[in-house]
Amino acid sequence: MKSIVKIEALSKVYASGHQALSRVDLEIRQGEILALLGPNGAGKTTLISIICGIVSASTGSVSVAGYDIVRDYRQTRDLIGLVPQELTLGAFDTVWNSVNFSRGLFGKSSDPAYLEQLLKDLSLWDKRDSELRELSGGMKRRVLIAKALSHEPRILFLDEPTAGVDVELRQDMWKMVRKLNDSGVTIILTTHYIEEAEEIADRVGIISEGRLLLVEDKQCLMQKLGTKQLLIELRQAIDAVPAALADYSLELSADRYHLVYTYDTQSERTGITSLLQALHGTGLSLKDLKSSQSSLEQIFVSLVSAK
Amino acid sequence: MRVNYQAIRVIYKYEMLRAWNTLLQSVASPVISTSLYFVVFGAAIGSRIEEIDGVSYGVFIVPGLVMLSLLTQSIANASFGIFFPKFTGSIYEVMSAPISFFEIVVGYVGAAASKSLILGVIILLTANLFIDLNIAHPFVMVLFLVLTCVSFALFGFIIGLWATNFEKLQLIPMLVITPLVFLGGSFYSVSMLPPAWQTVTLFNPVLYLISGFRWSFFEVADVSVAVSLAMISLFLVVCLVLVWWMFKTGYRLKQ
Repeated sequence: MKSIVKIEALSKVYASGHQALSRVDLEIRQGEILALLGPNGAGKTTLISIICGIVSASTGSVSVAGYDIVRDYRQTRDLIGLVPQELTLGAFDTVWNSVNFSRGLFGKSSDPAYLEQLLKDLSLWDKRDSELRELSGGMKRRVLIAKALSHEPRILFLDEPTAGVDVELRQDMWKMVRKLNDSGVTIILTTHYIEEAEEIADRVGIISEGRLLLVEDKQCLMQKLGTKQLLIELRQAIDAVPAALADYSLELSADRYHLVYTYDTQSERTGITSLLQALHGTGLSLKDLKSSQSSLEQIFVSLVSAK
Repeated sequence: MRVNYQAIRVIYKYEMLRAWNTLLQSVASPVISTSLYFVVFGAAIGSRIEEIDGVSYGVFIVPGLVMLSLLTQSIANASFGIFFPKFTGSIYEVMSAPISFFEIVVGYVGAAASKSLILGVIILLTANLFIDLNIAHPFVMVLFLVLTCVSFALFGFIIGLWATNFEKLQLIPMLVITPLVFLGGSFYSVSMLPPAWQTVTLFNPVLYLISGFRWSFFEVADVSVAVSLAMISLFLVVCLVLVWWMFKTGYRLKQ
């Protein structure tokens, strides 16, 4: 797939001496949904802010659709929409004026029909004449999205879009993200909620302490790094794991009816066959077998702590 | 070179709209304060003061009054216009838009300067209700008006960028500009001061503004009008250089 954003050896050291990013390389593919996952303070917002032109990089380069973000900033910014993390809005202007202002800033001539549809899609049309300071937090978030989309960007950055957002808005937002993505808009979102990345992203990048630890297709990542668990349900409760099974480091559940075997899908031998044979040898009678994949969360925790 | 006219237009319009929404504060307050000055200095006290250089006191103070409002309003408008988005954080939008620093300055400073220009005209019209105002050199007067509005709006923009809190925003207008205006001959001719203070006053840049502006009305001046024009132009250039430097370094905007 063609890449639309190319980040090369990007580093950022703030005046305070804080190293927010160290040598990040990343290619964002045209038309994908990329989730940047990482704990608070990992450097996600700094990365986005540099691409959008709010923070200047210390070293390294970023190009968007082949244009350099510093030298050809007009071309790159034309393509980009940004929904910031904080609810940073003016106070006294109306929703309608505010989105029109945003569109104008990007040099686009006014298009009331487009903006009307946009506000309707975001359930903001009824609030178009309300002043921004009168809106609830969720509504303000919607306005920020509307402003980011007001100039019809081809790349949309969502910085922690679901922070402090209720279930309804989250659903609306994902619907919108999918719709935009279907129309060809590339989407980059940051989050520290793993379920979000798992739910919506095509690819996941993991950032910790300013370093991009890895970028993988979500499926691939979960397969590659995922361990699986085999849950063995017994007919009778046992008091301890039989000595004959000691090699398999099984865990006995609290109810004493289940044995849990953790194995790596990557390794050559999963050890399942021999485990089952060994089980047979102990004379335990099995009721059921169940295997489950580890979630992105487990993958994430193991990655960040392994570092 | 591509210029984002649309962006300049929306910033300008947005800033002008802000004044329109606070019309009472923007227009009524200068009209009322000007009227008050006339009642006090023109009618009550002015009648007991002799003419200055052949001009009655009530008329003499008009250019100073206009300058007083122009300076404070240009600075207040422009500094607040850029400070407030910085304060709320909504400045992110301007910074991530395909717009150059030059265009940002034209939008914000242009709007602030326009507002004070309109204000200056309103004050002159109000003054005209109280006294008979004759302008000897209308062209020079307009030139002074425009130069003052633009350069002090630029200065205000610089203050707005520099200020990191509301206190700093007020600091320079309160502690520097207001004293300079009052001591710059708004309400008196420098020749009325003792000789030593006349020399000290020459170091006050506002003196040159008021003197030149007054000359355009009455052909009466403390310093030559050419020197006045040179001084205001110098101030404009200094502000432009400062703004250019801020742009180059991303001062207070880009980390």
